[in-house]
Amino acid sequence: MTQPTIDLPDAEQLLSRLAEQLKPVINGETALVGIHSGGVWMTERLLPMLGKDIAHGKLDVSFYRDDFGQRGLHQDTLPSQIPFDVEGRHIILIDDVFYTGRTIRAAMNELFDYGRPASISLAVLVNRGGRELPITPQFCAHNMQLPADRNLQLMQDKAGRFYLTLEESQDV
Amino acid sequence: MKIHIKNGRLIDPKNGVDAKQDLFIAAGKVVGIGQAPADFTANQVIDATGLVVCPGLVDLSARLREPGYEYKATLESEMLAAAAGGVTSLACPPDTDPVLDEPGLVEMLKHRARQLNLAHVYPLGALTRQLQGVNLTEMCELTEAGCVGFSQADKPITDTLVLWRAMQYAATFGFTVWLHPQDTYLAANGVAHDGEIAARLGLRPIPAAAETIALATILRLARETGARLHVCRLSTAESIDMVAVAKAEGLPVTCDIAANHLHLTEYDIGFFDANCHLQPPLRSQRDKDALRQGLANGTIDAVCSDHTPVDEDAKLLPFGEAEAGATGLELLLPLTLKWAQEQSLPLSTAIACMTTRPAAILGLKSGHLGLQTSADVCIFDPEQYWKIEARALKSQGKNTPFTGMELAGKVRYTILDGDIVYKT
Amino acid sequence: MYNPQLTDDGKLKHLLSIEGLPKSIITQILDTAESFVGVAEREVKKVPLLRGKTVCNIFFENSTRTRTTFEIAAKRLSADVINLNVSTSSQSKGETILDTVDNLTAMHADMFVIRHSQSGAAHFIARHVKPHIHVINAGDGRHAHPTQALLDVFTIRRYKPEMHNLRVALVGDVLHSRVARSEIHALTTLGVPEVRVIAPKTLLPEHVEKLGVHVYHDMAAGLKDVDVVMMLRLQNERMTGALLPSAQEYFKTFGLTQEKLALAKPDAIVTHPGPMNRGIEIDSSVADGRQSVILPQVTYGIAVRMAVMSILAGNN
Repeated sequence: MTQPTIDLPDAEQLLSRLAEQLKPVINGETALVGIHSGGVWMTERLLPMLGKDIAHGKLDVSFYRDDFGQRGLHQDTLPSQIPFDVEGRHIILIDDVFYTGRTIRAAMNELFDYGRPASISLAVLVNRGGRELPITPQFCAHNMQLPADRNLQLMQDKAGRFYLTLEESQDV
Repeated sequence: MKIHIKNGRLIDPKNGVDAKQDLFIAAGKVVGIGQAPADFTANQVIDATGLVVCPGLVDLSARLREPGYEYKATLESEMLAAAAGGVTSLACPPDTDPVLDEPGLVEMLKHRARQLNLAHVYPLGALTRQLQGVNLTEMCELTEAGCVGFSQADKPITDTLVLWRAMQYAATFGFTVWLHPQDTYLAANGVAHDGEIAARLGLRPIPAAAETIALATILRLARETGARLHVCRLSTAESIDMVAVAKAEGLPVTCDIAANHLHLTEYDIGFFDANCHLQPPLRSQRDKDALRQGLANGTIDAVCSDHTPVDEDAKLLPFGEAEAGATGLELLLPLTLKWAQEQSLPLSTAIACMTTRPAAILGLKSGHLGLQTSADVCIFDPEQYWKIEARALKSQGKNTPFTGMELAGKVRYTILDGDIVYKT
Repeated sequence: MYNPQLTDDGKLKHLLSIEGLPKSIITQILDTAESFVGVAEREVKKVPLLRGKTVCNIFFENSTRTRTTFEIAAKRLSADVINLNVSTSSQSKGETILDTVDNLTAMHADMFVIRHSQSGAAHFIARHVKPHIHVINAGDGRHAHPTQALLDVFTIRRYKPEMHNLRVALVGDVLHSRVARSEIHALTTLGVPEVRVIAPKTLLPEHVEKLGVHVYHDMAAGLKDVDVVMMLRLQNERMTGALLPSAQEYFKTFGLTQEKLALAKPDAIVTHPGPMNRGIEIDSSVADGRQSVILPQVTYGIAVRMAVMSILAGNN
């Protein structure tokens, strides 16, 4: 059976659009926190685009995932690094694709174990629809609806350029 | 009861028979070989087509666990296991509770065994009281009660002077001393051969020297005292060489090994398999090869089952805490056949190691099927494979390293003094 | 070959010994532990991974120190922890190991941490537990102490990341040491090209060279140009039983002093599984010196045990 082809937006353009959305809200109390691995790449690219010396960190939410009981521990767990004081910060979580909202829940839980932030908001390249929790991105460069059996991912080519891929997910 | 065993392959190593010949039994004796005696009318004809007919097996070491250890096994269960294993004569070591160091106990055991009438039981008396290695037992009285030799089972005499005197005293009367050589101190708390596996698994070692040093002492004392010596359960290559030298010197010494040691090494312990916790321990490949060779060339006189039924709870423990020993009566035949087949030896050699040769050590008239000998017969199918598992074993001891394996050699009939005591 | 530690699809089911673990699993444990090191520095030192799970520390042989590190690790993973000192309770009443294990299983335990004086005890228990239960060997007789070895190589890897370029010497009582056996396997599996053991013959097992080590009986030769010196604990009872004449002579011949350590590479590090016998196997100036990584070992021990527990709990 042939699947109807789905046009994917250009990730580089989406990144620029997201940077434009974020610029007005950045101030001295802002911190960017990328979620492994797409969100961490994005944070690295966003920092020079936002042009300021912004506090930033990264999270691997493996220890907070709600599907640990079904899937076990992720094979390549990476350390989380929050090298700033979370207390009173306005934190913007950065992720590539927003889907069910479960990763963001895990990320928020982890953040609170570092301290009590003043606020948390969420910035993503694509909201692909399908959320399962009362969580939604405040900053989003693109909206689209994808069937549940598809897996949208941010990739990086050798030159470091971003692009999106769509695959049939293996575990639905 | 007159039995005609027809169409079988009769193998009787002592009389040099290995041919398709019928066997005729009457009044508990062999009365015809190949040809029926005059006026012979069989009450029962056994068709032994495709089967081997040989003397009943003689096992030099089978623990029956009575008296004292009835929770591990009973005389009933273990004598039935003997019959199922084709064993018609067996020697049992004195490490019962109480120890076989008094004539009354020996008489009782003989009496119980005779009542069951499943195998001839030849008790070994304790060489020292309580096997404690201090005071001698009443060897003459014990012999009168039915002991065929004197043993310390697995409890070595540490005091060399006591050992010397015990052998001197036995030599006075021509009794055979049965000793398992193991130096108490070198083997203290040990549970496995002092090789790579013990090093890897962190098991307390029993070095080969624990056996060879004790053996050197025993052989030397045999020479000094003139005692007839039977060395039990050898496990190392050096021991076999030492026995060969002693025999060449003309010392009256014989020896045996356990069937398990023909096939297993320290590596079979795997991940702490307590079924491989044996005494003596399973040793190296080189040692195993020497045992196989020694049995083939006759340096080792006999192979025994070293039947040691252990209750389930005593094995359900970490390796070092688990009790040593394995069930064996029903495995003696298949394990010995397997050895002979792997060594490309004739069936008659395998059978000699379990019949003629051990019978000579015990001084029995049986162990062969000459005319007018007692009709102790084993009839087995050498081609039939059977799976070693708890429910296939009559013995109350169910633990063996061979659990789950399929072995060739299934006993079909066991005949004791002309009576069929087992058939399947 | 059948490996009782792994599931049919090759995941870690129990941690019983380092021997038989593929390099990929050891590396996964060490990498995961890296993530846990940071957890201890947070405001909230807990992660919710094992929430609702029950970890039983069953110690047939007393060891407050080891038990505490497992307890902290389990608690930082949000597990409930039950400590059972069996040496003092049920065993003296004739209860068998399997009775104890069955009882705890009936109380819905999910993971057993086992310490026992008999080699093979953890294997034995792993063979008989219900399939959903994971067993961690916290030391069995002389056989293995896998989490100690993992924290040792974790520590080494942090200071000397080029494992395939190291020369490592283990010093002391290898014969009675489960730590040594596990360390040797961990080092060789991770590709350390030269592992040495230095000890008198009375403290080495026969055939120790079959474990893949080079044997030395002399500190000067054995320590020459090594990158890592791993000290082993010498139990006081070794002074009896004709293994060693005296603590003084042992310290003189095999104790680690600054002078002897100077023979190793200048940047060599010194590990010790603890507790130390100062003045017997190690001089205080070395134990507290700049080359000692003994205290970091303790810190990393918790992260490594958290990694082991969380990987096991996830493999159902």
